Amino acid sequence: MSYYHHFVIPFTAGLLFLVIVVAAKWIIWIKGLNNQQKRQVKGNIFTKKSLLATWEVLAESLFHRKVFKKNFLLGYMHMSLALGWFLLIAMGNLETRIFTHGQLNPPYVPIFFEFFEHDLSTLRYKEIFTFVMDFLLLFVLSGVALAYFKRATSKPLGMKQATKHAFVDKLALTSLWLIFPLRLAAESVTAGLYGTGGFFTRWLGEAIAPLPAIDMLYYPLWWAYSLSLGLFFISVPFTRYMHIPTETLLIFLRKYGIKETEKHTSYTQVELNACSRCGICIDSCQLSSELGISSSQSTYFLKSLRDKKATDYLTETCMLCGRCDYSCPVGIENSTIRLNQRRESPATGTSFGYVPAIEASKGKIAFFAGCMGQLTPSVTRATLALFDAADVEYTHIDKDATICCGRPLQVNGEENAARELAQKNKQLIEGTGAEALVTTCPICARIFAESYELSIPVYHHTQFLYQLAASGQLKLAPSNNLITYHDPCELGRGLGVYDEPRELLKFAGNLVEVKSSKTNSLCCGGSLAITSINQQQRNQMARKTLQSIGANDVDFVATACPLCKKTFTAASDENAILDISEILVKAFANTKQSSKPEQKQTAKETSTVN
Amino acid sequence: MTKTVAIIGGGVAGLETAKQLNSLGYSVKLFEKSNTLGGHVAKWDRLFPNKRHASEVVSSLTLSQGNTQTLVGTTVSSIKRQHGNFIISANSNNHEADAVVLATGFELFPAEKKEEYGYGLFENVITSADLEQMFIKHGKPAMASGHKPVRIAFIHCVGSRDEKVNRPYCSKVCCVTAVKQAIEVKEAIPNCEVFCFYMDLRMFGPGYEDLYKEAQSKGVTFIRGRLSESSEIEGGRVQIKAEDTLASTPLKMSVDIVVLMVGMSPQLDTSKLAADLGLSLNADGFIAATDLHTNPTETTTKGVFVTGACTGPNNITDTVNAAKATALDVHNYLSR
Repeated sequence: MSYYHHFVIPFTAGLLFLVIVVAAKWIIWIKGLNNQQKRQVKGNIFTKKSLLATWEVLAESLFHRKVFKKNFLLGYMHMSLALGWFLLIAMGNLETRIFTHGQLNPPYVPIFFEFFEHDLSTLRYKEIFTFVMDFLLLFVLSGVALAYFKRATSKPLGMKQATKHAFVDKLALTSLWLIFPLRLAAESVTAGLYGTGGFFTRWLGEAIAPLPAIDMLYYPLWWAYSLSLGLFFISVPFTRYMHIPTETLLIFLRKYGIKETEKHTSYTQVELNACSRCGICIDSCQLSSELGISSSQSTYFLKSLRDKKATDYLTETCMLCGRCDYSCPVGIENSTIRLNQRRESPATGTSFGYVPAIEASKGKIAFFAGCMGQLTPSVTRATLALFDAADVEYTHIDKDATICCGRPLQVNGEENAARELAQKNKQLIEGTGAEALVTTCPICARIFAESYELSIPVYHHTQFLYQLAASGQLKLAPSNNLITYHDPCELGRGLGVYDEPRELLKFAGNLVEVKSSKTNSLCCGGSLAITSINQQQRNQMARKTLQSIGANDVDFVATACPLCKKTFTAASDENAILDISEILVKAFANTKQSSKPEQKQTAKETSTVN
Repeated sequence: MTKTVAIIGGGVAGLETAKQLNSLGYSVKLFEKSNTLGGHVAKWDRLFPNKRHASEVVSSLTLSQGNTQTLVGTTVSSIKRQHGNFIISANSNNHEADAVVLATGFELFPAEKKEEYGYGLFENVITSADLEQMFIKHGKPAMASGHKPVRIAFIHCVGSRDEKVNRPYCSKVCCVTAVKQAIEVKEAIPNCEVFCFYMDLRMFGPGYEDLYKEAQSKGVTFIRGRLSESSEIEGGRVQIKAEDTLASTPLKMSVDIVVLMVGMSPQLDTSKLAADLGLSLNADGFIAATDLHTNPTETTTKGVFVTGACTGPNNITDTVNAAKATALDVHNYLSR
């Protein structure tokens, strides 16, 4: 038995085009991976990582788990479209396979089966199939209806702002939105004329059958359905819908351990194409929510890069706070891609001929305060007081003069200049013969850890002090003060340090945990990665961030970054903003006040031993 | 019946307004949160441009109060409008008034906010107000250790014209105060080197420019450049880093005392009273009058007037003039 009609051509041609283009792109991208990345693919492809990736593809590409977490309706909309359509195709294939007794059919047959076959009496499980196919179609249509609704107002779907799309994207969107209503219309008319269909199409078909000239619509509707499918398939490679096939590849590559490097690779192309331009990153961006700058977010930046049209405005209007990296349902490394783009076009070569010559003295622990440490002497003083209290042998390597760690240059794309400074600091650090490097500044800590390739471990002071406090080497006595903690971007989302600062604060007082914390914490507004916002805008952001951590309901606002401290201090006259080290100094002072009886006890114990 | 005017703040602005309204025949209640009258001026040793003793100004104002009822040690917690009158709650008592004058002044910029300068951390980093106290008590500055300083640096614009601490405006009086204090240091300790780190010198008033010339002739060195940071070195001395922007070179200097010329900041308590009364604040956080040029004492709330440094940084002369104007506006309002 062979099924064919001319109207299947648009669909079939579109599908063929899509398959060829996607396959070609995948091949180009995979071939374009660097050797290290290729080794990662080869080494992992036949391991359980592929199974895990398959599972993630199901969870994310079909069920849209992360979108559900953002908002139920938004998740349902995506799931009904993706999972519904997928099941419709799968069930359609199964139905025709069974009907034709296992014969391999051309791809258009299951799609237009209602057209080709009016008598399904010989189909096994006919009732189940016709019911399920109608049910799935309604399931998909409910998603389409929500999508129409979202265009009108996106707020109930958890999004304050949606991406503004290009013309070709809108065209593709229109064809996608037409596919399922046209399928419903074509199948219903067919049901009305020939008595086919399931519970819904049959009911609808019978209802419209008495209308005049309904049979005139029969062929035009099947043509229109096929055309809308073909048009959509052809548009995919040129529009945001390319994310559908690309996300699958991305999930596999990521599971094999591939990440963004310090330069764009063909993996970056995969990430760029995997962006669905959903716009969730716009809502998570404080430039948008606080300052009304809503045209530079990752959704726009990635598209411009994909179109090779990235402007300075798009590349530079970003705080690199990393919030969008965590809110992105596809998990694209937005910040790293943006940073790498900045690296592509640095300003001019900078020479640091005037960098001071610093001689390092020896010590077990090398302490580096950095530029921000020079601007927050109280933080440096507190940290060193705690070192003394815990009998740490240290050398303060930048006591008299400091060399910038290079991170402020790095985040602005000046990689070579940053490396020049890094080289000098590295010599200085390694010249101390120290066993570990400790810094109070998360900005320095990040570049030390990620780019310096030091032979000794790097600790942020909260990590180091936590070790001292947990082991009892640093004695602390808590007060009754209420403390809220602000996660600095570079320390939290940047280096993944969330717990040590919190555990440390528990040694000093009562830590109040707030909703918007850890990966979800707001940036203080002081980011060095953006130069186009002014001080008032930074203050505005800082006040919102203080509000988000409940600053007015506590005795102290603790942070672990001197830049955050300075930004908050500038913005607020009402709150007491302190670095963790400054709060710990108070907790150490408490032990002295309450330790006199304890000392006596120790003396007693000693005498008994004697 | 005699109408009552409540004046909040017993500094120069409040005292002058009270004096004028008193002589116009009103019953005046003056609320002052501290235990003494005279505000910041009472804590100052001598005044620019003529080095007159500040206490003379304060006593001339306090002695001419007539029947003014002065309530010192009285903090106004709220002001409510009721049937065209005002109920002022202070120290859990209620007072009634027909009009209210806010003369709450300013607070000195909290220099700890400019952490890199080390105020509150390094014992020989002091503010201009601390230096005045030294002049009142000892007639000359001394290091925390009691030693005589041989090198002093004055840092202009601390908490003024500085977006980094959210104080973008000029406080007007600190330039000339620094010049006055530099001369006083030179007079008290002739062999002490004195440096002023400035951005511009805004010598706007009569006699100010002469004072600047006098300072130069007495050997005060002026360096155009803002301080970047300071750190403590041996003996409690302070090392400061700055850029000499005229010579285009960075410089490092060790001094015995650093004097921070702290600017004028809006009072937090005043902002709360303003919110109570529905008054708006200007961009710098001071109380906004209805018209900056032609109506600088009236507010958007009828019967509430503002005067002196709660509307923005001011010197004594301008504050006294504003107070006289306010008294006249209050009189016009109450006799309409």
